[in-house]
Amino acid sequence: MSEKLGLLSIYKLLPQTNCGECGEANCMAFASRMLERSKLPQDCPPMVKQSRYKKNLEKLVAMIAPSIREVKIGSGERTVKIGGEEVLYRHQLSYHNQTAIAIDVSDNMTAEEIRSRCVATGKFSMIKMGQEMRLDMIAVRAASGEPERFASTVKLVNEVCNLPLMLCSTDPVSLRAALEVQGVCEKRPLLYAATKDNWKEVGELAQRYICPVVASSPNNLDGLVSLASTLESMGLKDIVLDPGTLVEGGLLKETVNNLVMLRRSGLLKEKALGYPLLCIPAVVWATAEKADPVVTAYRESYIASLLVNRYADIIVMHSLDIWAVLPVATLRQAIYTDPRKPVSVESGVKEIGTVNGSSPVLVTTNFALTYYTVMNDIEASGVNCYLIVADTEGLAVEVGVAGGQFNATKINDVLGTSSIAGKLNHKRMVIPGRAARLKGDIEDTTGWEAMIGPQDSSEIGGFIKKHWDAPK
Amino acid sequence: MGEESESTNLVKNLLKVVQELGEIEIDNVTLDVEQLELIIQPIVSSIVSGARPLPQLQAQSSKQAQIQQLLEAKYATPLEQYPGRVVEVQIGATRSEGGSRGSIVKIGGERTMPFYSFEAENPNRPAFAMDIFDMPLSLTKMVKMHYEDVMGDPAAWAKRCVEFGAEVVSLNLISTDPLLNDTSPQTAAKTVEQVLQAVDVPIIIGGSGNKQKDPIVLEAAAAAAAGERILLNSANTDNDHKRIVEAANKYGHSVVAFTPMDVNNAKKLNKTLLSEGLPKDHIVIDPTTAALGYGIDYTISIMERIKLAGLLGDEDLQMPVLAPASNAWGAREAWMKNEDIGPRELRGPLWETITLLTAMLAGGDLFMISHPATTRVAKGLVQDLLGNSAKGGVVDDWVTALG
Repeated sequence: MSEKLGLLSIYKLLPQTNCGECGEANCMAFASRMLERSKLPQDCPPMVKQSRYKKNLEKLVAMIAPSIREVKIGSGERTVKIGGEEVLYRHQLSYHNQTAIAIDVSDNMTAEEIRSRCVATGKFSMIKMGQEMRLDMIAVRAASGEPERFASTVKLVNEVCNLPLMLCSTDPVSLRAALEVQGVCEKRPLLYAATKDNWKEVGELAQRYICPVVASSPNNLDGLVSLASTLESMGLKDIVLDPGTLVEGGLLKETVNNLVMLRRSGLLKEKALGYPLLCIPAVVWATAEKADPVVTAYRESYIASLLVNRYADIIVMHSLDIWAVLPVATLRQAIYTDPRKPVSVESGVKEIGTVNGSSPVLVTTNFALTYYTVMNDIEASGVNCYLIVADTEGLAVEVGVAGGQFNATKINDVLGTSSIAGKLNHKRMVIPGRAARLKGDIEDTTGWEAMIGPQDSSEIGGFIKKHWDAPK
Repeated sequence: MGEESESTNLVKNLLKVVQELGEIEIDNVTLDVEQLELIIQPIVSSIVSGARPLPQLQAQSSKQAQIQQLLEAKYATPLEQYPGRVVEVQIGATRSEGGSRGSIVKIGGERTMPFYSFEAENPNRPAFAMDIFDMPLSLTKMVKMHYEDVMGDPAAWAKRCVEFGAEVVSLNLISTDPLLNDTSPQTAAKTVEQVLQAVDVPIIIGGSGNKQKDPIVLEAAAAAAAGERILLNSANTDNDHKRIVEAANKYGHSVVAFTPMDVNNAKKLNKTLLSEGLPKDHIVIDPTTAALGYGIDYTISIMERIKLAGLLGDEDLQMPVLAPASNAWGAREAWMKNEDIGPRELRGPLWETITLLTAMLAGGDLFMISHPATTRVAKGLVQDLLGNSAKGGVVDDWVTALG
């Protein structure tokens, strides 16, 4: 869907009968939903069922299809979707499919190392903002140059974990050997890569085994268009573009420029460029030579972050150190958050754990980030308590206190509409340390005692242990 | 003999036709053979056996089968031209300009979005300031360890930052906070003088955040730094911004316009400051930089919106942007001791670095940093992104080069 797509151009292709079968009040409303991307043309039953609408339906599907093709890699539970983007800047709408992170293994590694890397990649899981952050794929590199060795490595990886695969080799013989391994091609691995030297053979492999394929043309955009056009004319539709990840010799500038230009071209629907982009921050390890691995992992982390910021739809990383991967995953989650969704949670009283009449009562704001962080900390500390979530209009503690949205009245409102007072044998609450200046007001307004809690919710556990049961 | 030559001719003609066309379609064919071997592609057999669900088979036109050569193509660079420009703001003044700085910093002046160098060259590059405070304070160990011996002396602290590569020193007069030491504006002014004498890079002066006291403190600082073209940090909707603007104008300084995460409010504040007589090229916008994982997505979008609006012609948003990347230290991932997520010696500066580069790609022009590693990496990255770095080679085949 290009940015220039209009409501009317969608509406014109609809039946315009306002039958309501789609669940919307009328066809104009349904057109709006399509523009927001919350409904698809296929959600109109008459258009799907009646042959007189067939042409219009096809036109609509093509119109609504995102400018950057959505490419599926893998199958089953861990299927990865990349691309599907429609805008350059997230504030223009939202981004849709977060950057897939692939961790590499090489067929030169020992079976033990391969196994451990695959397991670690599959197990990686961190919770942030109530959502799970995970790693997505394994990129298997045919570094040995021996097709059988590559095939047996791919076999091992496939057995050890259920993550989608990226098969990395420019030798079609090696790629074919891997694809012939039982159970591999059914899982739609991403083929890396078709180049100007092997496009015919690799393109044919992509056709035969029906896999998405990367078109790779390092720092040569003419070559990239040529390659992608050729693959397209072979009937291939699931293409990923690799413009080259060059980070040394002053070429980082070219890499970043190429990514911006390609994303723009794709969104402008330029021929053969409406495809997701692939970057390889792992290249920093190739030029690392004698460098300290910690320094290299550090570099890989911020280079990967830079690339995620600049439209990379899939990245290959080598470092599995949690401290290097965590910021990349965190940044990815932030960038791909839908800016249209509200960032506040419902205000009210939450019960955490098994509560009773003497359980502590804690207070926080309804800013989603604050709320989830505090919830997380309380749960992690094992404290059983009530949590008053005040309606601070989606603002965090400090900002809310400064702006006046986090005040005694808001807390009192929650107390007023809940039955918490009747359940307790005390009238004491713990307020965030950063809201200390509200203590007096809160006590006057609510009639409760307000204890000034820790500055950071991570200290709640320790604070409750030390201070809650202490005599007044 | 005749029959044979007829069929041979037929075959010859057929071959000739096939050679020319690449492919021909013949209807109603009967094959009369003794043995026929069919080679079924593995994907088909697995579909048939039910091992894999039917894939979306792509429509294959008959022309596709015989592509022999790469199609020729040329890439068309998608260029945009923007009617507006960001103004250029200078911080610091040399002796010939009425100050005493050995170096000055110019930010802003953009004609296109950050590092879109395929499209246009922006006249200035991002600049980096490092934070100091006018009293020792509780800093996370990862930062504190670099300044422990100088925290009691702002002048020495400033020198340390310059040693670490700071192009600007950002002095925060937090002791003036009534809830801390409540030091007088006069004392604060003395500190400003000391720092100005200790280093010859440009200076940013920050208050304590107390809305009543800050304008008075900044006014005193402005007087003490007369002629040095410092940056007063900050005017916002809650403090006496008129007083700050007057001080800035009287002594030739620029002002940071701070708003908490709202483009419309940022625009309004700029309009207000302009109407109070502050020149457009004496304004730097601080739209709030949130730490990675703590709202950085808002920072990205607000900065991009501001930069785009300015380039598209919105005159109230055509000022350069200040990004305190050191806010990253507020994130628990940056300071908390937790071996489950790795050593904080690495996590901390990395968190600040990634917060910084994210803000930089979104439109940040001037950054505040706490950790020396961040300054080093940031300056190197800018040179890389401008194509100025000379060292290193190109990796031909990463698949094998990684071992």
